[in-house]
Amino acid sequence: MFARVRTFVIEGVQPRPVFVEVDVRSGLPAFTVVGLADAGVREARERVRAALLNSDFEFPLRRITANLAPAHLRKVGAGFDLALAAGVLAASGQLDPEALDRWAVFGELSLAGELRGCRGVLAVAEGARRARLHGLVVPRSRAREAALVGGVVVAGMEHLREVRDVLAGSRPAPRLPPSRDALATPSEHDLADVHGQEAAVKALALAAAGGHNILLEGPPGTGKTMLARRLPSILPPLTREEALEVTRIHSVAGVAPAGGLVCSRPFRAPHHTISASGMIGGGAGPAPGEATLAHLGVLFLDELSEFSRPALEALRQPLEDGVVTIVRGQRAAHFPTAFQLVGATNPCPCGMAGVEDRCSCAEPDLARHRRRLSGPLVDRLDLLVNVARPAVATISGPSATTSAAVREAVLAARERQLRRLAGTGVGCNARLTPALVRRHARLDARGQHRIERAYDLGGLSARGVLRVLRVARTAADMAGRDRVTDGDVLVALSLRQRFEAAPLAA
Amino acid sequence: MSAGACERCLRRSALIARLAGGIELAERRRRGCAVDLLGLDDDALMRALDAELGPRSPDEHEREPSLRRSANGTAAEPLCRHDSRYPASLTDAPSPPTVLWVVGGIARLRALLAGSAVAVVGARAASAYGLEVARVLGAELASAGVTTISGMAFGIDAAVHAGSLERADTTIAVLAGGPDRPYPKAKQRLHTEIARRGCVVSELPPGTRSWRWAFPARNRIIASLAAMSVVVEAAEGSGALITARHAREIGRDVGGVPGRVTSPLAAGPNALVADGAALVRDAQDVLDAVFGAGMRHAGESPPLAPELAGLLSAVADGCDSLHALLATGREIDATLAGLAELELLGRLRRGPGGRYVAALG
Ligand SMILES: Nc1ncnc2c1ncn2[C@@H]1O[C@H](COP(=O)(O)OP(=O)(O)O)[C@@H](O)[C@H]1O
Ligand SMILES: [Mg+2]
Repeated sequence: MFARVRTFVIEGVQPRPVFVEVDVRSGLPAFTVVGLADAGVREARERVRAALLNSDFEFPLRRITANLAPAHLRKVGAGFDLALAAGVLAASGQLDPEALDRWAVFGELSLAGELRGCRGVLAVAEGARRARLHGLVVPRSRAREAALVGGVVVAGMEHLREVRDVLAGSRPAPRLPPSRDALATPSEHDLADVHGQEAAVKALALAAAGGHNILLEGPPGTGKTMLARRLPSILPPLTREEALEVTRIHSVAGVAPAGGLVCSRPFRAPHHTISASGMIGGGAGPAPGEATLAHLGVLFLDELSEFSRPALEALRQPLEDGVVTIVRGQRAAHFPTAFQLVGATNPCPCGMAGVEDRCSCAEPDLARHRRRLSGPLVDRLDLLVNVARPAVATISGPSATTSAAVREAVLAARERQLRRLAGTGVGCNARLTPALVRRHARLDARGQHRIERAYDLGGLSARGVLRVLRVARTAADMAGRDRVTDGDVLVALSLRQRFEAAPLAA
Repeated sequence: MSAGACERCLRRSALIARLAGGIELAERRRRGCAVDLLGLDDDALMRALDAELGPRSPDEHEREPSLRRSANGTAAEPLCRHDSRYPASLTDAPSPPTVLWVVGGIARLRALLAGSAVAVVGARAASAYGLEVARVLGAELASAGVTTISGMAFGIDAAVHAGSLERADTTIAVLAGGPDRPYPKAKQRLHTEIARRGCVVSELPPGTRSWRWAFPARNRIIASLAAMSVVVEAAEGSGALITARHAREIGRDVGGVPGRVTSPLAAGPNALVADGAALVRDAQDVLDAVFGAGMRHAGESPPLAPELAGLLSAVADGCDSLHALLATGREIDATLAGLAELELLGRLRRGPGGRYVAALG
């Protein structure tokens, strides 16, 4: 007898339909899985056998062949257990094969026949909707997540026995607890916690408003991590579309909390020992890396100068394109990587530059430190702000601002950009092409003179000029001005990073 | 191009380039000092280096490296001591170079040396303070029309050249290797800029590598070309002090920029000052020493708008970071803009850790 079950495999972060075909016929007892299944999927045979027997089903002592189609997709993950089990049930007369036509099933099985939560349920639900299926069976713990998609009946179940009954129509699909997906959960990290870092907050606001990548430079313990952690709280809230995308990614990576929409912008802070594939994704799957987990949010690289060259080098293309492509065999997986980068670093090797006279670094040490930072990311860091230890008085005093207040200004500046850039395919000032910079950040004679002087002094490269103009454009947007003034240019010059074009003496 | 060197001197220059490795060995084995060896005539020099060079094939003496070709292939021009354009001041040096190789043009070198030139030298591993002092000295001497001379090394030397180039084209780098070879390599950009606008010179022909012995040896060239040698930062035993010693020995002025007595980098200049060298706080002190007190004035900086002047004096008074300035209640946008403006005017520099240093004067 023959049965066919629908399920999905995740490629990158996208669902791809897979048919599990099961054939049961007389012969020596055997259970074979074919169709580019990885070792993990082949192990599913043992789980399926035990789960069926422990659920009081019969495990046919005949020749069972399961084929995962299409053959060119690599099948990884434990989500195939349920499809295999349903296929065996249907092909051995324990479930009507026609009952499976309008459903997809996805989930891992325990030996006792319980459904276990697994990664990527949201993506699978999107696949089921796209395939116009009636319903989707998933582990109950992930049912809410699947239901975020809408348009598909989601049957969240706990045991294989229930699954058979629901598919056979002998019992109704269990009701879902209503999903609570409030869009704007207030962030627990608020700028109100930060005392006396006016310059850093200003720079962070510019970064948020224009989508600029930023480097925070300062001695240990001055609040760099604290500040970076608060960038998401001043970014525009995620739209529902964006929230779904983030949830899908985090679900695929197994970092999403069970059962709900991820509503706040991601904040990822990988340790500096991370490898290149940890950064952008990799492995057999391949699995998403930190750059993708930070998609639509913030990637924070603390101790930027300590990261390995390859790890930073790997970020170049994702930063540029907002997507990274990883090729495995014949297939290419695409992972979205539209994150905003925040770096933090000591100002010098001893960490004390700028603190009274406590820095003990000689110029060669400083030059080496600069070189370490002037790597692959240098072109993409629009802003640098020095963070210093706040005075005691400011720490005990009231904080200067709140995330809500800054976010309001950021939102207004973003609005202006969106209006101005409508139809260009560019969403924020940080991504302005040279042509758009010429059109939208035109300077008067005074501003032009400032830029030229900075260039002549040797502290600004040609690409640095573009970066300064992009930031100046954002400063004008923050002030609600159409024209970029020479004041905006000067502010941008003060906050520019200077790793690329060192002055002549350096 | 009029030939700046006679055949014999060129051969001599080539010979020294060829024997450079031998001189290195002789110094290392303490069989002679480079400057003394350079004073020997060809035969005596070869005899002195016999032990280092080993047996020679008979024709080696005759073989000349393709000197002319390399001279024409690069922008370096030879200038020998028989040429009338050879800098007279250089003849004061012990064992003056037979040939001075010049990148940037002999005419320009003459122009740069027409007035009095001042050497500013110091430590490679300098402090941020030292670098700033050196840069400003370079800039202000250039503004006052005085050519600066240094060795293009990391640290103080490079800062002096760069400072001068901020204001004018009046700086000369004296290299230990061929003048066409940027040394240290990392100073390639500075080398290009000095060659384009000022002069790079050396007693070794183009293509010669920088031997160890050549560093102290070139210091005698720096010291003799300059009317005064100023040491900015130098630990004990630093090469900059060799320059100062040469200067003193041939009767040139020596100056030292004082530093904190606890800083090893200040040991050199402080000791010089204690021994009677001129105390140098700014370009005016140098001008007074070279031209006589009150004879020449360091250029007065043009007046600043009141807000900028206020900002600058706040920085000079120790509110030297954005953070510190804002803590005194200044408005952020105006402060950011003001700092950038002062930087563009050359009145401020942003140092490591985002601390601003007010340009002296
Ligand atoms: N400006 C500030 N306002 C309030 N608390 C601060 C501030 N700066 C530092 N802190 C406190 O110091 C701790 C260390 O800060 P952190 O962000 O880890 O510093 P860094 O990353 O620069 O080493 C923070 O957790 C916070 O409690
Ligand atoms: Mg930290």
